Amino acid sequence: MSILFEKRKNISRTAQVLVPAASFVVSLILTGILLLAFGADPFATYRAMFRGAFGSGRAFTETLVKAIPLMLTGLGVALAFRLRFWNIGAEGQLTLAGVAATGVAIFWGRWMPSFLLLPTVILVGCLAGAAWAGIPALLRTRLKVDETLVTLMLNYVAILFSEYLYYGPWRDPKGYGFPGTEPFPEAAWMPRIAGRAHLGLVFALFLALALWFVLNRTRWGFELKILGASPQAARYQGISVERNIVLAILVSGALCGLAGVGEVTGISRRLQQGLSLGYGYTAIIVAWMGQLNPLAVPFVAVLMAALLVGGDQVQMMMGLPASMGILMQGMILFPLLAGSLFTEYRIKRTARHPAAGAAAEGAE
Amino acid sequence: MDASEPKVPLVEMRGIRKSFPGVTACDGVDLRLGRGEVLALLGENGAGKSTLMNVLAGLYRPDEGEIRIGGKPVEIRSPRDSAAHGVGMVHQNFMLVDTMTVAENVVLGMAGLPLVPDMAEVKRSVLELAEKYGLRVDPDAYVWQLSVGEQQRVEILKQLYRKAEILVLDEPTAVLTPQESEELNVVVQRMKAEGKSAVFITHKMEEVMTFSDRVMVLRKGKVVVEKVTSETSPRDLAKLMVGREVLFRVEKKSFEPGAVILELKDVRALDDRGLPALRDLSLKVRAGEILGIAGVAGNGQRELSEVITGLRPVSSGGISINCVETTNKTPLEIIRSGVSHIPQDRIAVGAVGDMSVASNLAMKGYRDAPISRGVLLLPRRILDLARRMIESFRIATPSPETRVKFLSGGNIQKTILAREIESCRSLLVAVYPSRGLDIGATEAVRKELVAQRDAGMAVLLVSEDIEELLSVADTVLVLYEGRAMGTFPSAEADPEELGLLMAGVERKETVS
Ligand SMILES: Nc1ncnc2c1ncn2[C@@H]1O[C@H](COP(=O)(O)OP(=O)(O)OP(=O)(O)O)[C@@H](O)[C@H]1O
Ligand SMILES: [Mg+2]
Repeated sequence: MSILFEKRKNISRTAQVLVPAASFVVSLILTGILLLAFGADPFATYRAMFRGAFGSGRAFTETLVKAIPLMLTGLGVALAFRLRFWNIGAEGQLTLAGVAATGVAIFWGRWMPSFLLLPTVILVGCLAGAAWAGIPALLRTRLKVDETLVTLMLNYVAILFSEYLYYGPWRDPKGYGFPGTEPFPEAAWMPRIAGRAHLGLVFALFLALALWFVLNRTRWGFELKILGASPQAARYQGISVERNIVLAILVSGALCGLAGVGEVTGISRRLQQGLSLGYGYTAIIVAWMGQLNPLAVPFVAVLMAALLVGGDQVQMMMGLPASMGILMQGMILFPLLAGSLFTEYRIKRTARHPAAGAAAEGAE
Repeated sequence: MDASEPKVPLVEMRGIRKSFPGVTACDGVDLRLGRGEVLALLGENGAGKSTLMNVLAGLYRPDEGEIRIGGKPVEIRSPRDSAAHGVGMVHQNFMLVDTMTVAENVVLGMAGLPLVPDMAEVKRSVLELAEKYGLRVDPDAYVWQLSVGEQQRVEILKQLYRKAEILVLDEPTAVLTPQESEELNVVVQRMKAEGKSAVFITHKMEEVMTFSDRVMVLRKGKVVVEKVTSETSPRDLAKLMVGREVLFRVEKKSFEPGAVILELKDVRALDDRGLPALRDLSLKVRAGEILGIAGVAGNGQRELSEVITGLRPVSSGGISINCVETTNKTPLEIIRSGVSHIPQDRIAVGAVGDMSVASNLAMKGYRDAPISRGVLLLPRRILDLARRMIESFRIATPSPETRVKFLSGGNIQKTILAREIESCRSLLVAVYPSRGLDIGATEAVRKELVAQRDAGMAVLLVSEDIEELLSVADTVLVLYEGRAMGTFPSAEADPEELGLLMAGVERKETVS
């Protein structure tokens, strides 16, 4: 116990890279063992997955297609987690933003000047995501309601609501009964840059930089850092805990919302089955694996997307279940959480010395 | 008691070396502790006292060196190993679980505990131990209900319950009232009479004299001197510790108070449990004045500092700062009116352990130039400013980027002091500012408080050290159960009378 405790300080910086990297390797090994049990050759499988995700121009752009929503929701979740606000509602925020964007694209598209349509769609979508995240934020800051449960429940509400709409009132009358809305007018399409990879990629990369900048180079970022580390200390420094949590969570929801906007305007160009594919949950893995660092999120998102796309490929080429990719994602999470817990655990122990006042003095 | 060197020491630490990135906390320390002996460990902030004891308690493994207990070399890898060898440590910050009872805390984490401990039995032994050593405590009380002094008793009981033969107390008296310190001494002496031993870390010279048989002074990780307590004096020790003569008196300019800066009128406020903490308290602090608040800890001092700084609501009455009404204004509005605050709870409130020293130093100034421009933060300026403050306040840290939680207790305190003093514009609220500081730093803080006053600030100084109040403050107000028992010019105050008032004995009309 004490040995780990000792090494901590020396590796703390490198740990940021080491823990996620090691987690990935562990997951490769664990999945490899499973593959062997299935009678498959792990090396061949991994090679196939890699080729499936990066082997051709088309493969790569498909990986990017999945990476875009993962980047955006990953950023949103990372921001919330930094404040120890356990937003596991990225999926719902994404879905509801998709719904709102659809509403604008279809209904306002009829009269709105076309150059204004896409910006309005994006804006309203982000606002919807923000609003959906704002509910648990307000409940938590006003009434001390635990956000984990609320964000999770709101996911189901958003998903069922979207289903109701495209099965019911918004169903395309000319769609031969197919569940889905009518296609968006072209003015509401997110321009594509390569294959199906759309402009959302540029937004995501820009926002990763912007979020990093805000967190590290602005006064507000400094306040959020203090707040995330110690709400008591923040209050003492004159920083309004409630207001800042709500603001940051609105931003978090907007980021997740943008992911949903990208999906409906850039990929499906209508609201239909398949908007909610679980990106919002994978985002939690992305955020943790990126150590809540916005600059790391895009890379991790690409990796996770590659696992998804590669998993599909493996299914087609080797007859293995496509869920192999998802399985691997899950396998990453375990060592990753164990790794973070470890570092945490040791922080707690060092804490014994100056740090843990937080826990100990709370008693006073 | 024969305090001379024992033949086979109970504990022997040889050549202990322990480095952290950027510092060597212990640099080849030898320590011997005899059976039935109390050893005082003295040294400046960051000298390596806590580190040395953490090595003994199994929290840190030394880079080099050997530990022998009862003459046999032992390998201490974890707190459990050290407990198995009879070592029990009470840390600078307590490690109790708030939501559990005293009895539950006592057995928590013990090796070889049955799955379902017999709590009735535990309670009985706790009461027995409490009786035997004079550690009054209710085994059924929840830890959150206890005062700091009571929590410390629980920590000690916990170690006694584990049959600790060697008790390590890391600055136990820093958070105690003088009475509580005396009671602690009784406990320690009883343990000693039973043949148990103790290592006692403190910054207070008088305590070294009353508690210990032998004293060892550390400086920069090395032992500078080891003496039998009775052959030394507080003055000698102070000199050995700091390496120069220490002036206990502070020079100040004559008292020329200016305009009223802080005024409280009939303020009432509740404490965390919803009980009255301040009862119709009125006071005034003028520019160029240090108002000392005397009183036994827990009589409303903390609440007083919090209502002034906007951290606690005032239930009735009014507060004004610089003639502007600030009753129940937000902390930010009050900070903006030029108020600085050294809080009672440094570690949870005053500092953020996971952030760097530089960031912690910037936590007041970051809203304005030169550290920020508009919404932008200027990291280079933050570092420059931090370097300057680290130097002028002599904060011992490997670098400005080191996280605060890696500093020694006293240096965390200095970091907060530096920030608050630097940012003070009209009123400084200082709650126990010299707690946990070594004598050199205490002297520096007192000088700094006086310098602030001389520069025309109003200073509200909360302290339980009468000597400190009388030497630093211009005016002294005695607080008892949230009420002002009387206000005197410090030059006329009589320590004995102050003591009586602090104990709640009403002032006789004839005295004044
Ligand atoms: N876990 C740690 N990581 C890095 N540095 C540390 C750690 N613990 C202590 N140090 C450093 O070691 C030195 C000695 O610290 P230590 O806590 O032993 O001092 P101390 O004598 O107890 O001081 P104080 O009187 O202020 O409590 C300090 O410079 C401190 O910054
Ligand atoms: Mg210490």
